Amino acid sequence: MTEYLLLRHRNRGEENIADLDTYLSLGGFEAYERVVTTMTPQEVIDIVKASGLRGRGGAGFPTGVKWSFLSDRFPRYVVANSDESEPGTFKDREIMEQNPFQFLEGLMICAYAAQAEVAYNYCRGEFWELTQVLESKVRQLNDRGLLGRRIFDTDYSLQINHHLGAGAYICGEESALLESIEGKLGQPRLKPPFPADRGLYQLPTVVNNTETLTNVPLIISRGPEWYKSIGTEKSCGPKIMCLSGHAKHPGNYETPLGITFRELIFDLAGGIRDDKALKAIMPSGASAPFLPASDEVLDTPLTYEDIPKIGSQLGSASIILLDETVDISWAALKTMKFFEHESCGKCTPCREGTYWMYHLLGRINSDKAEQADVDLLGEVAQQVVGKCLCPLGDFATSAVFSGIELFQQDFNLHIATAVNGKDDSNTK
Amino acid sequence: MSSNTANQTLRTRYSAEVKDILKRYPDDQKRSAVMPLLFLSQKEGLQATVSVMSEIAQILDISITQVASIVGFYTLYYSHSGGKNRIQICTDLPCALRGADDFADKVCEKLGVKLGETTEDGEFTVESVMCLAACDKAPMFQVQNGDGITYHERQTISDVQAVIEQLGNAEIDKSPEGAE
Ligand SMILES: Cc1cc2nc3c(=O)[nH]c(=O)nc-3n(C[C@H](O)[C@H](O)[C@H](O)COP(=O)(O)O)c2cc1C
Ligand code: SF4
Ligand code: FES
Repeated sequence: MTEYLLLRHRNRGEENIADLDTYLSLGGFEAYERVVTTMTPQEVIDIVKASGLRGRGGAGFPTGVKWSFLSDRFPRYVVANSDESEPGTFKDREIMEQNPFQFLEGLMICAYAAQAEVAYNYCRGEFWELTQVLESKVRQLNDRGLLGRRIFDTDYSLQINHHLGAGAYICGEESALLESIEGKLGQPRLKPPFPADRGLYQLPTVVNNTETLTNVPLIISRGPEWYKSIGTEKSCGPKIMCLSGHAKHPGNYETPLGITFRELIFDLAGGIRDDKALKAIMPSGASAPFLPASDEVLDTPLTYEDIPKIGSQLGSASIILLDETVDISWAALKTMKFFEHESCGKCTPCREGTYWMYHLLGRINSDKAEQADVDLLGEVAQQVVGKCLCPLGDFATSAVFSGIELFQQDFNLHIATAVNGKDDSNTK
Repeated sequence: MSSNTANQTLRTRYSAEVKDILKRYPDDQKRSAVMPLLFLSQKEGLQATVSVMSEIAQILDISITQVASIVGFYTLYYSHSGGKNRIQICTDLPCALRGADDFADKVCEKLGVKLGETTEDGEFTVESVMCLAACDKAPMFQVQNGDGITYHERQTISDVQAVIEQLGNAEIDKSPEGAE
């Protein structure tokens, strides 16, 4: 990629765009000014719709369409989802640390489009230091009159507040996040109603991911046609791919949507650490099925439409690489430990199911399990999938189903060791 | 402890901060401030004691049970006492693929504790935690204490040693004898 659009701080020769004057000198907040002084909220929504931008928080929902769903009641809220807690995801943090004003400008344009006068940025509690920095950036914007009352001498007023989470993955789910801002337990709500109708304090609310919002100023300033020319027909624009695990050079890679796994892993990230063979890919953190490192998989474009065709999800593009030394049943155990810990406990299949799957995977990994335990693991997953209030329950079963199906030999090895161990103790 | 003995620490010592926090939410939605007020109270110690919780309940017109349920739900609040500094090492899958479990064992060895335990002097609790959005910079940990939360990334054991010494020294420096 010749030019960075989201990770703009990486453009060679450019100065520190986390500094407000520098950001302004490079055309920062021109899109926001144009929107507030010359456009109606509906015009902004139409442009974002026409751009094809889809949500970067995981589900890939068309952003402009979401904004157009707001119920006709006021006041309204917009909330940036900066909870970023999916294992393997670390892009929103780099955006907010290095290119904070483009994100804030996107949030402000979104607020104008939604006709909201208060916006919240919900950051995970661990982003404690970062949030203090962001709060000072917001104060600067207030001092410059870009936030506050009667912005650019119009009738529009806007205030941005930060709200810190306190260590709960489930608060990334938008309705749990809103509960958390309301000072309640971060547990998902039954949907519908959706936030666009009954969101924060039961008022119409837009929730968008940090990266999603960071695209918005570009779409306004360069136009939806330009934006659509990046990526594929159904997956438009640039995307930050978070590459972790056994990559030679792990990190954030900004690319157009639609590059292949092979291009990302081998051309951009230098291949696999210690030049080992790649065994499996988790394309969407802990939440989506494993993919085997076949040629078919490696040549699949990273888009919302192509990855489901090979049995997984793009999600927020938190791509974890597992080399040939990794035991997939161990990776499944690690994954289940996460979900067992993060289940909010509201529904029984998820709360109990993650507990049992974690313990069964523990047995398997300590060579104490029989084939019946592996079968039971699959059965428990079957009891969880599709029976939960929010997607976390389903997420928790992905590694189990795909792990057993694609990497059965890794499970078998533990069973064989257990059987041999028993034989040994019998003969002694 | 009865609620009329609830202390006034937040309202006296941090009155400006409390006011600033309440301003972020609508007047009729004060309950929203429970999380930031719990974080504020951690300046005086990480444990949310009954008196801390009852003061927050009073400020927000909610029950102490409601405050306690928040403390119980979110992992960065603590109902029990622990070390002054909580060293929280990420051992989630992406970090584990880059040696985080071994690293955690070594940190424990260094401090002479097991995961989840607190050093005898009450300075450090070592814990293993889930992904902290720093997976490309493993091994890494965060330190939570009265000053907030700080990240330490791409760490070696000697880096940890330095962090531990610095945090220990910071304590000593606060006492008059510790100053040069
Ligand atoms: C368990 C769970 C965790 C989630 N975590 C996040 C997160 O950390 N950040 C995020 O932006 N979206 C997360 N989401 C998705 C949000 O619910 C929501 O779809 C998203 O914030 C909408 O923004 P977008 O349309 O811009 O993607 C999560 C969803 C679920 C079910
Ligand atoms: S599926 Fe799990 S995380 Fe989601 S609401 Fe139910 S218990 Fe909570
Ligand atoms: S897995 Fe350790 S920071 Fe993400």
